[in-house]
Amino acid sequence: MAEAPHIDIDKVAELARIALTEEEKTKFSSQLESILGYIDKLNELDTTNVEPTAHPHSVENVWREDRATSELPTCEAVKNAPKQRQNMFVVPKVVE
Amino acid sequence: MEYEAVIGLEVHVQIKTESKIFSGSRSGYGYEPNTLVDPVVLGLPGSLPVMNKTALDGIIKAGLALNCTVPDYCKWDRKNYFYPDSPNNYQITQYDQPICDGGFVEIEMEGETRAVMGSHRKVALTRIHLENDVGKLNHFAEDSLVDYNRAFTPLMEIVSEPDMHSGAEAFAFLTAIRQTMIYCGISDCDMEKGQMRADANISVRPVGQKELGAKIELKNLNSITGVKNGIEYEIKRQTQELKKGRKMTQATWRWDADLGRTELMREKEDAHDYRYFPDPDLMPVRIDDEWRERIRCEIPELPFDKQRRFMQQYDIPYSITSVLVPDWELSEYFERAAKQMPKWAQAIGNYVTNDLLRELSDSNTALSECKISPDGLLSLVEVIEKGVITKQIAKDVFIEMFNTGESATEVIERKGLKPDFDEGQVKDWCQEVVDENPRPVEDFRSGNDKALNALLGQVMKKSRGKASPQIVQGLLKELLS
Repeated sequence: MAEAPHIDIDKVAELARIALTEEEKTKFSSQLESILGYIDKLNELDTTNVEPTAHPHSVENVWREDRATSELPTCEAVKNAPKQRQNMFVVPKVVE
Repeated sequence: MEYEAVIGLEVHVQIKTESKIFSGSRSGYGYEPNTLVDPVVLGLPGSLPVMNKTALDGIIKAGLALNCTVPDYCKWDRKNYFYPDSPNNYQITQYDQPICDGGFVEIEMEGETRAVMGSHRKVALTRIHLENDVGKLNHFAEDSLVDYNRAFTPLMEIVSEPDMHSGAEAFAFLTAIRQTMIYCGISDCDMEKGQMRADANISVRPVGQKELGAKIELKNLNSITGVKNGIEYEIKRQTQELKKGRKMTQATWRWDADLGRTELMREKEDAHDYRYFPDPDLMPVRIDDEWRERIRCEIPELPFDKQRRFMQQYDIPYSITSVLVPDWELSEYFERAAKQMPKWAQAIGNYVTNDLLRELSDSNTALSECKISPDGLLSLVEVIEKGVITKQIAKDVFIEMFNTGESATEVIERKGLKPDFDEGQVKDWCQEVVDENPRPVEDFRSGNDKALNALLGQVMKKSRGKASPQIVQGLLKELLS
């Protein structure tokens, strides 16, 4: 068995844009590491002759014809936004 | 020390479809905010994306037209990031198995003059993949407003190899892609409408050095000219920095077209970690030969091929083809007339690229609305070539035809422009002129070819401008030989 996986909890929190307390960091680190450890079990299998797959179902080419069907009315679309103006979603000022 | 620039471009092109890439709301530009949205576009819980077949056809067509390999199999991945332009917090794209691999774009550099064809070369492509476009942010003093109309428009990303070395090459590259896309009907590539957008990766290194210099990503290149100017500015800036002994570090800069300079956006890439993984909502795509061949058959003759053929088949100069060919409709119009009378192709080409374009533009008319048909234009060239009317008179006939849609003969009849004399009369005038002007006659006979013009002018005067100069010239030469 490979050595126990280590998770960089600060990086994971940063990527998910969430702030964690020290207590939560300890708690989630061990939880996430045990999940990773569980998934690591797969490495024990010899997959030399197994084709990688992108999807558990062996279905391909599922599509629709290019037809415009329906839209949400604008009032419905913005209804649940925390803040709206001029039929647009208001977000904190973000300048990339 | 000499320096050289190495440039790669990432070109985003929207595919022209009726509906969005993964859902049924309309695709379009210029609509009221958030009117082209549905649960998939807004990333609402429980919504599921379904591929748009036409978008797949479009990118396969683009790939085949740009000489890519279209593998048998491709799949969809999620690119995870947080930004309000994407309510899902991820973009559906293709990570390690894009729909098009490799390929190249034939480009033409500017010639020495507009009458001379520039040099051609191939710029290598890395790949082309398909993804959903994202929403548009409008920035205000206190906050930003998001409009998701653009979100989920089918978007191709054409990635070049670091295979260009100047702003002019990047300009030629974008021009070639744009024309190919328009010819194939894949996109209108209107940069003002965001249908085509480009980012450039630019690095500068001493000539002879193998490793690339530090990569500067240049954003906000909003027009093809902007791409050229932005890149040229950035190459100059980086070269000067290096000459001063400063080290370049990887960073993102933005082009300010108004100020004509680049400015720093962010120093170090904040170590983007997109955590790509296969999108479980979408099934992979398998493409067989039949599909590829069906699309290949839909690809028209591409611009540079058409241009070479026009020059060869119709023996017309580069300067005419370079006006005709970039406009697919115009080149088709020309050919409908020219193929009936290839020997008059140059005259037809001249009329199309000068008189016709001028009248269309002055009257703000689209070619599709033009009252002169290719056959109509041919009828005009025919009466000129056969010497029925002079080129001078033809100019007026052309305007009449343009306004009324009559054929050349109809206009000539109606306005009485047809000469009211026969060739015998013209011969008599020629004889008279020769008799009345011994001096030019003498000059011509002693080898001064220009003297013929004086005689020609006299005959034209007698015919009140209606005789054909070519015919008169022939008759005079006959008399004087």
